[in-house]
Amino acid sequence: MTEADLKQTDLHEVHVSSGAKMVPFGGWSMPVQYASILDEARRVREHVGLFDLGHMGRLEVKGPDAARFLDSVVTSFVGKIPVGAIRYGLVCAEDGGPLDDLLLYKSSDEDVFVVANASNCATVLAWLNDHVGSHDVTITDRSDELAMLALQGPRSQDALQPLVEGKDLGEIGYYKFAFATVCGIPDVRISRTGYTGEDGFEIYFPCAESVRVWNALLEAGAEHGLAPIGLGARDTLRLEAGMPLYGHEIDREHNPVEAGLNFGISFKEEKGDWVGRAALAAIKEAPRRKLVGITTEGKRVPREGYLLFDGDREVGHVCSGAVSPTINTNIGSAYLPVELAVAGQTIDMDIRGKRQQCVVCDLPFYSRTRK
Amino acid sequence: MRPDDRKYLDSHEWAKLEGDLIVVGITDFAVEELSNGNEGDLVYCDLPEVGREVEQGETFGEIESVKAVSDLNAPIGGEIVEVNADMMEHLETLAEDPWKKGWLIKIKPTDASMDHLLDAEAYEQHITADH
Repeated sequence: MTEADLKQTDLHEVHVSSGAKMVPFGGWSMPVQYASILDEARRVREHVGLFDLGHMGRLEVKGPDAARFLDSVVTSFVGKIPVGAIRYGLVCAEDGGPLDDLLLYKSSDEDVFVVANASNCATVLAWLNDHVGSHDVTITDRSDELAMLALQGPRSQDALQPLVEGKDLGEIGYYKFAFATVCGIPDVRISRTGYTGEDGFEIYFPCAESVRVWNALLEAGAEHGLAPIGLGARDTLRLEAGMPLYGHEIDREHNPVEAGLNFGISFKEEKGDWVGRAALAAIKEAPRRKLVGITTEGKRVPREGYLLFDGDREVGHVCSGAVSPTINTNIGSAYLPVELAVAGQTIDMDIRGKRQQCVVCDLPFYSRTRK
Repeated sequence: MRPDDRKYLDSHEWAKLEGDLIVVGITDFAVEELSNGNEGDLVYCDLPEVGREVEQGETFGEIESVKAVSDLNAPIGGEIVEVNADMMEHLETLAEDPWKKGWLIKIKPTDASMDHLLDAEAYEQHITADH
């Protein structure tokens, strides 16, 4: 895909003029970094960072059967999500292989807002439409109409609150959402969610307002240390926090059970049957491998695709890797056979014929609540 | 304009004739691409052992930044007779002075002709066209 084929968010010019390095990501031209990836990651852990997430897929599922329909195609129990709350879930094929992972925002059993990955949005939309059957629902793709920004870091609330009218952000709990006026724009969806392992918010509003809101946030947040953050640091932060990225930790061949995502899967009878349930239930009974973290004292950084060895036996490969500024070592994620997926186990990483020792650890590498 | 006392590969290595040896390094553009202007983002450099023979275009080492690994390619074939071992521990030198102190290897060429390489002007055009 050439640069000309890539989609651009309404903030593209703003990123370019501020010196961001733009890269293709999920069919979009997105900022990978504005400055140092490591400094950007540290800023989010210590202060607050601003992310353009306009590439994400956003779908509305509305109608009398909205929750019931979603319960037949996603892994989480949508009917049981409290109104005003958000849950993580996945859309899986019959064999349990995920087509994407999602956040589900429930306004009511008749109104659920779904956030999908940029690269999978069209697939998810088509899959949902194919599985509607007799359910009375309307599925609408709002991706091109809505901007999506994230504020992530301990000072997120301080940075966002001055621009919000009529809502104390302190009232929005973790994985909850509300609507309020932001920068004079009414009914902005504000959720206390994110993909960094830090406290923070994601906001959704008409994309024509993108530049104005972006600049207002940069101005209001300056005193709290706010700066724009690229996808490079976002990848480091989510890996430190043990969060999967579709295409790396999960894909059609890597199911959510072995990825450790059981919190997003409901086998409850009341949910009814759903696509992939039987396959995932069987895997849960007898998992063969497990997603773990690896750390290495060596200088080389784990990179996607590097093979892992136990002696001469190839036992897996690296899904994602990064230099971790938070725990100050090189980190990665990998699937290992269950007998090797034990904290403290050592394995070798092959880097073009050279071996470097790694130590297995449980995910996440970093938790802000479990220090 | 980059120094015109040397030649360039389109993969951003430079080659400079010094006596009967070819000194090889990478350009400021390469360093910038790898580190995005932050020398701390360079994490590793793997250079070959002295005595190794390389062919023109062959990968002789790797340089790694926070976000990626890049091959280092030989602009010219020959025997590697000297390696800047300090570089592996002091990657900041690459950012400070990629043209002189940041040299990587010296090659005793089998054929010293550098006609196949880009001159400074052609290299300049190459990086402008790409970006």
